[in-house]
Amino acid sequence: MSNYIKLVALGLVTLFAMIAINYARDTAYLVHAIIVMLTAGGLFLYTLRHTDEPAIAHPQNEYMDGVVRAGVIATALWGVVGFLVGTFIAFQLAFPNLNFDWLNGYGNFGRLRPLHTSAVIFAFGGNGLIATSFYVVQRTSAARLWGGNLAWFVFWGYQLFIVLAATGYLFGATQSREYAEPEWHVDIWLTIVWVAYLVVFMGTIIKRKEPHIYVANWFYLSFIVTVAMLHVVNNMAVPVSVFGSRSISLFSGVQDAMTQWWYGHNAVGFFLTAGFLGMMYYFIPKQAERPVFSYKLSIIHFWALIFIYIWAGPHHLHYTALPDWATTLGMVFSIVLWMPSWGGMINGLMTLSGAWDKLRTDPVIRMMVISVGFYGMSTFEGPMMSIRAVNALSHYTDWTIGHVHSGALGWNGMITFGALYFLVPVLWKRERLYSLTLVSWHFWLATIGIVLYAASMWVTGIMEGLMWREVDANGFLVNSFADTVSAKFPMYVVRGLGGVLYLIGGIIMCYNLWMTVRRAPAKEASLATAVPAE
Amino acid sequence: MSKRQKGDPETTGHNWDGIEEFNNPMPRWWLWTFYATIFWAVIYTIAYPAWPLVNRATAGVLGWSTRAEVAKEIAAVNEANAAINTRLASVDLGDISNDADLNTYAVQAGGAVFRTWCAQCHGSGAAGAVGYPNLLDDNWLWGGDMEAIHTTISHGIRNEEDPDARWSEMPAFGEMLEEEEIEQVVNYVMSLSQTPQDASQVEAGETVFMDNCAACHMEDGTGDRAQGAPNLTDAIWLYGGDYDTLMETVTYSRFGVMPAWSGRLTEAQIRAVSAYVHQLGGGE
Repeated sequence: MSNYIKLVALGLVTLFAMIAINYARDTAYLVHAIIVMLTAGGLFLYTLRHTDEPAIAHPQNEYMDGVVRAGVIATALWGVVGFLVGTFIAFQLAFPNLNFDWLNGYGNFGRLRPLHTSAVIFAFGGNGLIATSFYVVQRTSAARLWGGNLAWFVFWGYQLFIVLAATGYLFGATQSREYAEPEWHVDIWLTIVWVAYLVVFMGTIIKRKEPHIYVANWFYLSFIVTVAMLHVVNNMAVPVSVFGSRSISLFSGVQDAMTQWWYGHNAVGFFLTAGFLGMMYYFIPKQAERPVFSYKLSIIHFWALIFIYIWAGPHHLHYTALPDWATTLGMVFSIVLWMPSWGGMINGLMTLSGAWDKLRTDPVIRMMVISVGFYGMSTFEGPMMSIRAVNALSHYTDWTIGHVHSGALGWNGMITFGALYFLVPVLWKRERLYSLTLVSWHFWLATIGIVLYAASMWVTGIMEGLMWREVDANGFLVNSFADTVSAKFPMYVVRGLGGVLYLIGGIIMCYNLWMTVRRAPAKEASLATAVPAE
Repeated sequence: MSKRQKGDPETTGHNWDGIEEFNNPMPRWWLWTFYATIFWAVIYTIAYPAWPLVNRATAGVLGWSTRAEVAKEIAAVNEANAAINTRLASVDLGDISNDADLNTYAVQAGGAVFRTWCAQCHGSGAAGAVGYPNLLDDNWLWGGDMEAIHTTISHGIRNEEDPDARWSEMPAFGEMLEEEEIEQVVNYVMSLSQTPQDASQVEAGETVFMDNCAACHMEDGTGDRAQGAPNLTDAIWLYGGDYDTLMETVTYSRFGVMPAWSGRLTEAQIRAVSAYVHQLGGGE
């Protein structure tokens, strides 16, 4: 029966997509309509051919690992794509001729930059979060994912969102909101997928067989709920036409800027911090095989973090049209946020006490430790940069870019790599990884890459900040803007080289994971059965 | 399963997929630093504008604001420079370079104005670009003495906003001449300073030039500053002196625009940047 409803729905979507192709007002919308038509039409045919086939029954005591495996593959592949685009645009900044004329503007920095940020944050990071959260919530709840194939809908729906977002940027559809560039129709689709994600995650927690909810799941849940709220509010807009990608934001002026940075800052806070702390809280104790350092600390720093983070956004708008009182509060909350952020670092690092020797023998744990180290560094740097006097120097400079990347490459990237190295042998039932030597190579390439990146951006950032504000004895500006740009050239090359190292590390990881699945010896005992730990 | 060791503290008794939790207290330094930041936050928000109330936000006991801060800085600089700015705005233009103090100040201030407002087109080193004149050489379209530079900067060139803007417009000869005639005149113009593309057309080109171009560019091709008509006999080209570029220039003409600065900069600033441009190398 449900198949017939599905057929009707898919048929209607296909039909509407065809109409949309006919009336499309811009290229991006046209391309999206074609993608939607092909996807819905293909699914229609697939469903039609499989209608009335007996459904395959899944034993309820078995974990649903297929979707996690798919998520692991997607994370690794999107990661390499995102790093590649990032490295390319880094060189575009150093060598503007790489904005090729023969690409007619489609390959310009302006279009590739959101492609890079979305690919690494939402495609790499997002898939990593979805895959690990599905894995962690099952293992720590001793329950199969709730909702049957809804988890698969979340996975494929999210990939469709990524493809729509990426093609949108290339074909010129953007609402110009940083980290929320996709236009209204893509936003609506993401909302549907995200609510399904929330339902699967909540459903699994509700039917858990463990008496308590593990701390990793608090973080994952806060990430899913808050991102839903941020996404909906920040993207409130009125479409110009149902057949075009253009829309007008409901906010204007400084309210618009504040909404954007309330979203932007909490995308960092809840997507890249809370979500990844969920990852950290499961994979570090598992890989170290040691209990979590302090339960009390995890409770206090969790609640403090999610309560305080949400207010810190105005520090992105120091010295703008935003009233002083709002920026003061943003700055104050950012500084109070310092210790709650560090609570996660302490719990991560101290969990290793009693297992420090593993740093020598296990490159995967080394990766996780350095990721927590970078987390601690950027969550100190962030509050420091939110101080008005520091921000007066750092704002609009490359220091910000360096800060973001030491967090993204160091913390988010490294903890995700660690989780992937943990998950692949488990999910494909292998005894071990194909090669620990390659993990070591990945570790060192990535670490040196980050150091080159962050150090060169600190230098350019502080240099250009000082050059911009440099005045002579009479109060006249000493440098033109172009002077500051040309002074940055050597550091831009160094930054690009850092990106190359990080990218090579990512490719080595993909090879290693692939060979683990292909070559590593299989493991006898199955781990896929849900048994409560107590 | 977590591996327990001798001397481990007690756990909470929870166990998820083999993960346990120690019942450790929060680190004291962590807790006290957290308290300290909260304490600081309270003090800071009393001192500075912070808490939103019904009609307005608290202003903070220090009475500090970003706008007051920047206004203070600007006022300080303006006050310090007030006397010399008044002098700069009132002396005869030609006398600026005779007064060493005033001249040093004007060039310094003009450099800052130039790097802020002019460098986008003329380059931060003032060497210009295609379509934007080089200000370092002694080749001037509208004149290179202080008066002429000052007029150009004050009113701009071919803009809509200032009725006193310098104005001249070369016709698009594509609508008036045959293509063959344009080729001829281009070859003639090239012959004035370099080797023509096709020497056989130079003679015919001279006739076309005398009939159509000499009125502004003069019979010898040396141009006329009163009309902003460039000298065609030297090696300096605003848009390029190769055959294809000259064909385009003659066929479609050019229409470079410079904004008028009199509404945006003070008289002292305009004089300062005039003095700066004048001393770059080509001032007359």
